[in-house]
This record gives sequence, structure tokens and C-alpha cells, in this order.
Amino acid sequence: MNGKSSTLALGSAAALLVAIALPFVIGDASRLNLLILVLMAAQLGVAWNLIGGYAGQVSLGHAAFYGIGAYTSTLLLLKFGINPWLGMFAGGVIAALLSLAFGWSCFRLKGHYFAMATIAVAEIVQIVFTNWDYGGAAVGLTIPMTHDGWAWMVFPDKRPYYWIALGLLVLTLAATAIVERCHVGYYLRALKDEPDAARSIGIDITRYKQIALSLSAFFTALGGSFYAQKELYIDPGSVLSTALSIKMALVSILGGIGTLFGPVVGAVVLTTIEELTRAGFGGSGRGTDTIIYAALIIAIAVFYPGGLIGGYRAWAGRRSSRRTARGYEPQAAVHGEAHARDEALR
Amino acid sequence: MSLLELHAVGKRFGGIVANQEVSFQVDTGQIVGLIGPNGAGKTTAFNCVAGYYAPSAGVITLAGKTISGLPPEACARAGVGRTFQVARTFTSMTAAENVLAAALLHHKRVATAREQAARWLAFVGLERLAERPAGSLTISEQRRMAVARALATQPKVLLMDEVMAGLNPTEVREMVAVVLRIRQLGIACLIVEHVLEGIMPIADRIVVLDRGIKIAEGTPAEISSDAAVISAYLGDE
Repeated sequence: MNGKSSTLALGSAAALLVAIALPFVIGDASRLNLLILVLMAAQLGVAWNLIGGYAGQVSLGHAAFYGIGAYTSTLLLLKFGINPWLGMFAGGVIAALLSLAFGWSCFRLKGHYFAMATIAVAEIVQIVFTNWDYGGAAVGLTIPMTHDGWAWMVFPDKRPYYWIALGLLVLTLAATAIVERCHVGYYLRALKDEPDAARSIGIDITRYKQIALSLSAFFTALGGSFYAQKELYIDPGSVLSTALSIKMALVSILGGIGTLFGPVVGAVVLTTIEELTRAGFGGSGRGTDTIIYAALIIAIAVFYPGGLIGGYRAWAGRRSSRRTARGYEPQAAVHGEAHARDEALR
Repeated sequence: MSLLELHAVGKRFGGIVANQEVSFQVDTGQIVGLIGPNGAGKTTAFNCVAGYYAPSAGVITLAGKTISGLPPEACARAGVGRTFQVARTFTSMTAAENVLAAALLHHKRVATAREQAARWLAFVGLERLAERPAGSLTISEQRRMAVARALATQPKVLLMDEVMAGLNPTEVREMVAVVLRIRQLGIACLIVEHVLEGIMPIADRIVVLDRGIKIAEGTPAEISSDAAVISAYLGDE
């Protein structure tokens, strides 16, 4: 077990070094932009996974936190001249605080009803921002390129954005890895598997769901602030839309919910398909990419209910069970697959 | 003062009276069986003690402190451990992790909780299955794992809901041995049971419920010759 985790650590370190060096190899701006989109989607997926995957509370309203992050840093910058790095942190904190109200209203509901309530809350936030003149209303807010450089998180070149996106992803992954290993991780899995049994062993399930939601909201908001600095323009449609909420959930579900790297795998696959179909079918083919996108999601839901990582684990398990005649591992793999299926049917 | 005391506990669901004026005590190191025909209100009384229902009337105390009305997680912290009719296994975890999650209640460090979990799994005789996915254990093994999980919360009283139902005679014997070992630890056991062969030989006292009311209480020998109990189980002539 120790050997396995040190191999994983070594592999992650190597992957990180390659990822840091990548912009020096890839000169093409549009390719680099695709990589940034992958990193951003991955970071949001990992953040969503904390509440949607580990705690099993499927939120379809996470755009609210993303938008709050984007609006907080942008308004602080435009109205008060506050540095966007600080603004990004402030956005995270405000989103985490607002998640208390979000949780208070939505955690009374379970399953599908919880998901529906999260959509409603996010809609409310979107409507508020669409009609709030101080916040730019429907017209949105533009960040001027007056200062650039690291201090103000504005760059004419794409590469620094890539590194910041990578840094945010690593930060979110690290936070998730810590949660996974400490008591909170066990409590989240317990309350997701069997809420009544979780309470019988002393877990205040609402409190732990709230912890997962607040952390998730914090990191989602960081992603929102970053988006604002990268695009230099935000409006309710771009940072508060339901489509965005759904995408955060999809990235995670597609890759494998409740696994550390699942959302990263999901982001690579989903963003690539999105971009390929968009490029392949041209600007006018906007409907076509959505059809392929949807078909793929249905296919994964049917064939790999545990997501791509779950599917890989089951496959690897079957292979090793063919090799070793007897032992505990094959059973573990079969079990993993059955569990994933139960999960999908829930 | 007894460890666990129920004073005139009542529970209504709308117009249905599930428990009425139920009073009994459980002392430290005692095994008390709670029996009765289907629908007698055994599980309702149980859920009132464990905090899953707030009683409509009466008071429940544990070591002198009122616990009735507290939520389940607070009851667990106060010292009420419980198992369920179906094992309610955390299926995404191994057997060891199931127990570890419970041990975290009093040991927030995962490493310490893991040691505790190993100890309790060994206590119920499941140490060699520790790393198995919990959902792959047999029903009997999952029941014993659930007992280990409840024990890992360091309860003063352990409530077991039909832990012997559906087990074969060998498995019933294993479970009986576990319950006797729990008593040796000085933990009180309150056991709801349908399998009378399992509970009668080991219980110190039996409480019989019928239609929500306590109809008898006494030693197993007294209960098996009690006219009211016999008529509740077999019907009047």
C-alpha cells in the first residue's frame, strides 16, 4: 500500500513538471487556450466533486458560486481598485459564506429535490445580477487593460493564465486529497452511503454536508475570479448560467465522481470533444456539438456508470482476476463495478 | 438509578399509537431482550431511545441525563450505540473503514481510529476480512461488522435490532457469543429479537410489548410461562 501511494506521488510530481513545462513547447495560442480551458474545467469539476461526489449531494446550482467569485473580484477591482488576487480570495470567502444560506435552504431536501432546489437558488442569483445596476446588470462588466503583469493578473500573453489555472487546479486537488484522508473524508462517504447509519455513529450529517459545500463553493469562486481576469469581461450569461452548473457536474460524473482525479479525466475528454465538435461543425453547427455531447453522456451513463475512472478500475480488476486465479482483489473489482452501478441507479 | 431508563414513553404517528406508557430499565452489564409479536412497537421504542424518533410523551434518561428528543448523532455521543435490522453497511468502504468511521467519534486522528477499528473487528471475529469491501461480506458477517461499528463509538448501552434474524444456527451461535462478550465489557445490551431461541438463554431480563403496551417483564423463565405473553403470541383459545 505504501509502495502504491509513493508511486502515485512520484507520478503526480512528474505529471506536474510536464504540465508546468508544457507552455514552452506549445507555441500555438489556440492550442494553449484549449489547455487552459481543460485546466479550468478540471478545477471546477474537482471543486464540485467535494459536495457532488464525496458527499453525494448533486448540486446543479454551482454557477452561483462561480458567478459570485467573478463578480466579487471584478467589482472590488472596478469600484475600489482592490487587487484581483485579494479579490479572488475575497470572492472565495463570500461564496463560502453564502453557501451557508444555500445549504440551510437546500439540505432540508434529499436526492432529486435537493438538485432541483439548487437550480432554483442559482436562478435567483442570476436574476439578481441581471437586474442589479451597480453590478453592471445585463450589460456586464469590463475589466480595462490599464495595468498588466502578475500583480494585476492581466496578461497580453496566454502563458501566465495557463500557469495560474494549473496552480488553482493543484490547489483544489491538494485540498481534496487532504479532505479525503482526514476524518471529514470518511464522514462524507459514510453519510453518502447510509445517512441513517452515519447518524448512529455520531455524524452530524448536515454539518458535514455544509463543510463540503463551503469548501466546494470557495474553490468554485476562485475559478470564477480567474475566468473574469482571463476574459476581462463578465455578464450573468457567461458566469451564472445553468449550463455552466451542469457542466461542472458533468465533468465530475463523466470522469468518476468521488475520485480525486476523475474530474481531471472528465475535463480532458469533455473539453476536447466540445472543441473538436465546435471546430469540426463550424460556428453555425452549434447544435451539432450539443447532440454529440449529449450522446456521449448517455453512452457513459449506460456503459460506465462509475465514470471513466470507474470503468477503468473494473476493466483492470477483470484483467488481474484473469491473471491471478484466486485472491481478494478480483472480488474488490467486481464489487467496485456493482457499487458504481448501484450508485448510478440511486 | 439504572443506566438506561424509560419513563412512560409514548409515541403516536397521527392517530396510530405505536407506544403507550412504556417503562423499563436496563442496567450496566445487563442483557435485556425486547420481544413481542409483529407490530408490537418494539422498533418504535428502540428508535425513541436512539433519537430517530422524539417520543410524544415520557422521558428517556441515560446515566441520569435526559436523552429523549435529542437527534441520533447526539444520542450516539451520549453513549447510545445501535445496529439496524438491515446492516446498513457503508458499501463504498472496506470492513475496516466501516468501523474506522465510527471510531472517529472519539479519536479524530485517522491512525488511532484505524487501530481501534482493528481491535473491534477482532472482537467480533472479522479480523481476516478487514480489507474486504464491506458489501462483499455475507449477511452474518455484515451484522457482526455493524456490531463492531456500533462498539467503536464506545457506547454505554448497545441497541441491537434483530441481529439474529435470518441467520443459520451456527451464525446465531456466533452472534450469541459476541453478545456475551459485550456484556463482559460492562456494556448494557438492549436487544429487539424475533428469534426467541437466540435471546431467551442469554437475556437477564425480558420486556414484552404487545400493541404498543408493555404486557410483561421478568426473567426468561417467568416470561415463557406468563399467560398474557402466551396469549399475545399464540392468541386466546
